[in-house]
Amino acid sequence: MVQPTIEETRLSTEQAIKTYREGARITDADALVVEDLSVYYETDNGTVKACDDVTFTLKQGERFALVGESGSGKTTLAMALMRLTRPPGHIAKGSVTLNGRDITKLSDDEMRKTRLSELALVPQGAMNSLNPVMRIERQIVDGIIDHLDDDDPKPTKEELQETVRDLLTRVGLRPSVARLFPHELSGGMKQRVAMAIGISLRPKLIIADEPTSALDVVVQRQIMQTLGRLQEGLDASIMLVGHDMGLVAQFADTIGVMYAGKLVEIGPVEEVFSDPKHPYTKLLIGSLPSLQEKREFLGIPGLPPQLIFLPEGCAFEDRCPSRFEKCQAEIPDLFDLGGRREVACHLYEEEAKS
Amino acid sequence: MSTFLELEHVTKTFGSEGMFGNGSVTVAVDDVSLSIDEDESSITTVAGESGSGKTTLARLLLGSHVPNAGRMLYRGKDFTRLTRRERRNFRREIQPIFQDPFESYNPFYKVDHVLDEPIKNFRLASSASEKQQMIEDALEMVGLVPEETLGRFPHQLSGGQRQRVMVARALLLKPRVILADEPVSMVDASLRATILDSIRRLNRDLGISVIYITHDLTTAYQISDNIMVMYRGTVVEAGTVDAVIPDPQHPYTKLLIESIPQPDPKNRWGSEPPQQNWDTSDLQITGCRFADRCPAVMDRCQDTKPAQYLINDHQLTACLLHEENGEMTDTDITSTFQTEKETIKAIPANS
Repeated sequence: MVQPTIEETRLSTEQAIKTYREGARITDADALVVEDLSVYYETDNGTVKACDDVTFTLKQGERFALVGESGSGKTTLAMALMRLTRPPGHIAKGSVTLNGRDITKLSDDEMRKTRLSELALVPQGAMNSLNPVMRIERQIVDGIIDHLDDDDPKPTKEELQETVRDLLTRVGLRPSVARLFPHELSGGMKQRVAMAIGISLRPKLIIADEPTSALDVVVQRQIMQTLGRLQEGLDASIMLVGHDMGLVAQFADTIGVMYAGKLVEIGPVEEVFSDPKHPYTKLLIGSLPSLQEKREFLGIPGLPPQLIFLPEGCAFEDRCPSRFEKCQAEIPDLFDLGGRREVACHLYEEEAKS
Repeated sequence: MSTFLELEHVTKTFGSEGMFGNGSVTVAVDDVSLSIDEDESSITTVAGESGSGKTTLARLLLGSHVPNAGRMLYRGKDFTRLTRRERRNFRREIQPIFQDPFESYNPFYKVDHVLDEPIKNFRLASSASEKQQMIEDALEMVGLVPEETLGRFPHQLSGGQRQRVMVARALLLKPRVILADEPVSMVDASLRATILDSIRRLNRDLGISVIYITHDLTTAYQISDNIMVMYRGTVVEAGTVDAVIPDPQHPYTKLLIESIPQPDPKNRWGSEPPQQNWDTSDLQITGCRFADRCPAVMDRCQDTKPAQYLINDHQLTACLLHEENGEMTDTDITSTFQTEKETIKAIPANS
């Protein structure tokens, strides 16, 4: 392979950033900086490193997708960003800087105020996250009232109703939905309500944890497109957590692939799909069924390691088709390949240095 | 050739309008006819969004719903007139695999339990060693290692393994038909392949017909021979996957295919499609049920219910855009389905 010169690399990087910006939303400002974030669960059998030394940056307006199979730590990471990790889990180290503030250092009360107003969660399975005995309008208003400061003027009933009506319209629901109970709504409508609650205080970062996992394709597309529209309206960033690579390809600007608690690859979505670097990403993309051609299914052989008994070296080593001696002995760092591409694999150590 | 199971103009509604009903009627399956052949095995996909009636159709086929109109024939005999013995036989010959591999287990029992039970129930084995052998054979058939699977509790297996144990359970009973209702939607994408592959092997190697219920047309295209697309209880398009998927004719099928999140960032979705209007009761709709969302809607669609029109030998659609292909009289509908059946036969099971 011919190595590009420094000048060429610089140019292609600039080009990459430019194409990015022409996607319009993305600015240079950092919305979220996660550094060395580790979340451990202490169990009787030892420490489970559900999320280990995760580092990434999210730009203002960017759509970042975090993918990985179940048990790879993606939901743990999302919950840690919200500071909703429950014992025996705890944030062992690292920092999460949101709009210039390290939220791991905030008091519980400050964090409570930060949630919803600065970062909001659109949860997995909205059907289970709404209160079945409360009307939709109460559930939307709840968060708004809870975030009022003591000296804020109390909004009137009419103002609140107006807010609810406005929010429901923005997520594509009729205002009359406000008076309904969750069981009267379809799955897609419930997910829209969850989005309405999420955006009620105009957060700057929306974390969407598998927002469409139980919905069918047309509704899924509608929900994702509504989410994208809301994001543009709020000038917010989105972190999408999920395992559906198709959805990621359709929606995201940047992709982060997690495996066994670690980020193994980060890059612009188009480049990662056309030229995946990490062997796991390669297999993952290769295993996707397509509509263009019929072929045999290629699964990824083997199972991910148990997070409590992680091997000494790379966690993917025993399933990896391109492993070599070093992989068993040493955990690879996340190597920077330029152009916002990073990969945690010993194969790219040389490329990263040059 | 003989027919294993046949639905004749079956309709299933829920709720009632009358004095004691709450006034809302849902037509979950509306006048659907289909047949499953005894000798020619195939994989047929039933596709559609939630609320399209695909699960109701599955429950009808399993005999757990009784149709409001039309009838179901099991080996040529009306389902409601089966003897106890025939009904027992029916329950062995058609086996379901459900969506959620987490809820189909009792967490207090080892996984062996779900495999023991059907053998006991249908007295399939005469000795303990024969039973053990049957279980091990079934597990190996779906690509599991018996020593690593038996004796474990459900939570000790991955979602993919659990679902494959369910396939093995269905397999023990030597069924003619396996009815898989969204078997992979709760399982990680990377594990889906293994489950679908074991289902496909059942069809190829053992000649078991599979009805695969899903909203995921990508996997449907990969594993099945035929497809029927449902929308609000009606079959809007049917045929072989090789005819339907590359060249869908009904606007709803087109929408479904366009909405598949293709793993290709260069090929993204177009503009946001309209939402379904759930306000109109099914009985109020006199025309095409897709009319309120259809991009190609014509005035006539509001009050004319489309019949089924033949596009070619391997494809039919229920859309007025194809009316010129000839509206069918009652007998013609049956002939369409025979054609559809012939298309099923035209494709060898292992193509």
